[in-house]
Amino acid sequence: MSILHTVNKSPFERNSLEACLKYASAGAAVLLIEDGVYAALAGSSAESLVKSGLAKVSVYVLGPDLKARGFREDRLIEGIQVVDYAGFVDLATEHDKVQAWL
Amino acid sequence: MSEVVKKFMYLNRKAPYGTIYAWESLEVVLIGAAFDQEVNLMFIDDGVYQLVKGQDTTGIGMKNFSPTYRTLGDYEVKNIYVDADSLAARGLTQDDLVAIAYEDMDTEEEIENIVEVVDAARVTELMDEADVVFSF
Repeated sequence: MSILHTVNKSPFERNSLEACLKYASAGAAVLLIEDGVYAALAGSSAESLVKSGLAKVSVYVLGPDLKARGFREDRLIEGIQVVDYAGFVDLATEHDKVQAWL
Repeated sequence: MSEVVKKFMYLNRKAPYGTIYAWESLEVVLIGAAFDQEVNLMFIDDGVYQLVKGQDTTGIGMKNFSPTYRTLGDYEVKNIYVDADSLAARGLTQDDLVAIAYEDMDTEEEIENIVEVVDAARVTELMDEADVVFSF
């Protein structure tokens, strides 16, 4: 069973991403959406958490949410992949289920 | 104006778009400014994300209210502070933030950018100096 995890909270306000990465199985996918996209930015205090996550799971970020918040793709931590809404749907269909970390 | 003028601080700690706090704060700031109160804006924690420049919400179907920050000077808002530690923790610098200009109508004094990055001790001091603190 492979799961697509979604995280929509800022890593500086909630521990949603930290919990997600702790309990996600190896090979799972984690999609950062809404305020969750801030975790994808390089140079923050959450970078080490995300980088350790990248060793275990695939990390994606929703492009429109990133753009809305004023950040371009060149600010992302290396290894994070950008998807659009169609890509979100693809990820949802490619995995057995979607688990939301609120 | 003979009415009482109070020193209001609007304390912003939330990122824009994910919740309604940032937008609501901006609405209340504009009301305070319209009533000629002394308005101070403080951005700490995720609140610093509100001032990030280049926001483009066309892809998420929400109103982009970030251009409003740049007009605050026109509403006689003169004091806008950003916590340095909060910026640093997020890998941001002042270059990532919008610049907000201010022109004094009486003296024609122009300030190119009233957004001031301050340290934690100054944040504490400014909170102590405020008559009222509104939290968002």
